[in-house]
Amino acid sequence: MAVLNFVEAVRETLRQEMRRDREVWVVGEDVGRKGGVFGATLGLFDEFGGARVQDSPLTESAIVGVGIGAALYGTKPVCEIQFADFIFPAFNQIISEAAKMRYRSNSAWTVPMVIRAPFGGGVHGGLYHSQSVEQYFTNTAGLKVVVPSTPYDVKGLLAAAVRDPDPVLFFEHKGLYRAIKGEVPEEDYVIPIGKADVKRDGSDITVITYGKTVHFCLEAAAQLEKEGYSALVLDLRTLLPLDREAIVAAARKTGKVLIVHEAGKTHGIGSEVSAIIAEECLFDLDAPVQRLCGPDVPAMPYAGPMEKFFMLSPEKCLEAMRGLAKF
Amino acid sequence: MDIHMPQLGESVTEGTLGKWLVKPGETVKKYQPIAEVITDKVNAEIPAPADGVVSELAIAEGTTVKVGTLIAVMNGGAEAPAPAPSPASAAAKPAALASAAAATLVKPPAAAEAAGRFSPAVLKLSAEHGIDLTGLTGSGLGGRITRKDVEAYIASGAAAKPTEAAAAPAAPVAAPVPQPLAADQVIPVDAVRRRIAEKMRQSKHEAPHAWTMVQVDVTGLVKLREQMGEEFKRREGVSLSYVPFFIKAVVESLKEFPIINSQWAGDSIIMKKEINISVAVATETALAVPVIKNADRLSIAGLNHAVAELAAKARAGKLTLDDISGGTFTVNNTGYFGSFISAPIINHPQAAILSFEAITKTPVVLDNDAIAIRSMMNMCMSLDHRILDGLVCGRFLAAVKNRLQGSFSLY
Repeated sequence: MAVLNFVEAVRETLRQEMRRDREVWVVGEDVGRKGGVFGATLGLFDEFGGARVQDSPLTESAIVGVGIGAALYGTKPVCEIQFADFIFPAFNQIISEAAKMRYRSNSAWTVPMVIRAPFGGGVHGGLYHSQSVEQYFTNTAGLKVVVPSTPYDVKGLLAAAVRDPDPVLFFEHKGLYRAIKGEVPEEDYVIPIGKADVKRDGSDITVITYGKTVHFCLEAAAQLEKEGYSALVLDLRTLLPLDREAIVAAARKTGKVLIVHEAGKTHGIGSEVSAIIAEECLFDLDAPVQRLCGPDVPAMPYAGPMEKFFMLSPEKCLEAMRGLAKF
Repeated sequence: MDIHMPQLGESVTEGTLGKWLVKPGETVKKYQPIAEVITDKVNAEIPAPADGVVSELAIAEGTTVKVGTLIAVMNGGAEAPAPAPSPASAAAKPAALASAAAATLVKPPAAAEAAGRFSPAVLKLSAEHGIDLTGLTGSGLGGRITRKDVEAYIASGAAAKPTEAAAAPAAPVAAPVPQPLAADQVIPVDAVRRRIAEKMRQSKHEAPHAWTMVQVDVTGLVKLREQMGEEFKRREGVSLSYVPFFIKAVVESLKEFPIINSQWAGDSIIMKKEINISVAVATETALAVPVIKNADRLSIAGLNHAVAELAAKARAGKLTLDDISGGTFTVNNTGYFGSFISAPIINHPQAAILSFEAITKTPVVLDNDAIAIRSMMNMCMSLDHRILDGLVCGRFLAAVKNRLQGSFSLY
């Protein structure tokens, strides 16, 4: 069992998949010789060659569009969008083509494709290297949206995404790339897409979250335990489809729910989770469902103090969790 | 002053102390380099944050530590925070920001609000287990009773009620309900019976009932009915009953003593203008009390028809809401069952009710001390003692008695 950091887990899983299946190939900006700006594809060019690890022009619509075409032709592309902030030129290809291809052709044509991108802020990235984009895609049936939070989850979910016969968006919080290390088994394993994970069990409050805030909430939960309250932390892992069963069970267990995500509050993932809880758990609720999210402002600021104000933190999570526990 | 390993790159989490450039005890100026730090992305020098003396080098050359770890201590200079952001010194700011962030979350209820507000989980649990929530103390904000409070109460065994689904109905608020034995027959309570039960309960609960009785010599009335009965039936198509005579005597007496035709309204007594007589009618399944509106405007014949029609409607189950509402005084022909004395229950919200008992031939002593056999009938009156007293009721009954003992005109 190796201890890998988050981005190493991405790389090793890509390597494993490319070894396992000759149809799997990688395309994106600077993924080839450079090995990716975060090193996510480092060494793959040397091992698999330039036909299977392709440097694209600076055109996200083509990265995804060519990927769709290649997938229709029978290959399994893993398209990298260098920063999730740049995914929007490819939005039309994703929504109008990839998501609808199977439905439109009655399964005659399918798109077994992964689109992976680093997202999230707190790294001094400013407006265009810090965005969370998952909520733009979660309202489109035909897509899957996955956001792992640990190296172990990265490997299992990325393997599942590559093997999935339909398009999967795979978002990796760049702030976790080198900050989080964990044990990753060497053998091949798959985590099913659509299954959340209880990262910490508890009985006083339930915290539902994904991405980097999973770690903030775990840190806050450890501190909260010392104050006498136990928090259940549920890592959603997949945002589309949501693990409805896990959400309902976690909400029912304590009756007090806090949803945490870095992306803005209004119309964010938390809205859908709240609605599910309201629909199914009304008579088990002991407090209104609460959401701790990024502010509703056009972008993450570049100025340091402003960025700190925008970003969530273990302290902010702790304050919200404590308030809910005491309610 | 503490000096910490700074964060030198966007995703750098550790740094290695490459080389110390100063020694303990050495005086340094602000911004003077004191160490070389190596990370996997960049090498850099750490400057002294202020003028002062280096007092301690906390880690050795070549050691790799996490960003934020203490690496050196300096004396002197102002207690300025380290220029590079580090988790320890930044803790104060996020705490304040955290308050701002958390403050946008749901506000806790004020204590007054919290007292009466229960979450869905609390209500569900208390209903399932028959718990009276007013007996619990809340551990939540503002004294709120939380789901955990109720769960703890249940677990402590204080709530004795079991939670089987197929058992007796939910916890009663009042006295325990009798349970049937296997051989007993259980009749479900229908809407009519339920309404009667509620009205009777309400009447007895609210009006303090007092009771009085007089005897009436109705020999003349009996003779009249015997004489006129057949012809009346032929002309009117309905039998001549005693009830219209009773009602006639009552409505004329109510005009004399209007306080009897009134209602208790808490801080006032409402004397009703209309005289609407409720007539108790027994049907096979229940008691109905239809109302003859403005009974003082009808003749004996008119009253007779009205009673017959309402009774027929009652037996057919065709009484409307209008038929049974608006009554101001109730007349009850209990004599029909052979009753000699009864203690009727006032028809809430009226002030009194008068029952007319069986007419029996009885030996009585007349005014001249002779003994005669006369048709005698008891009249029993229950009255709401909040509104009425014995004197006015006695006078009212005397008036009714005199009229019944007098002469009548049918039309």
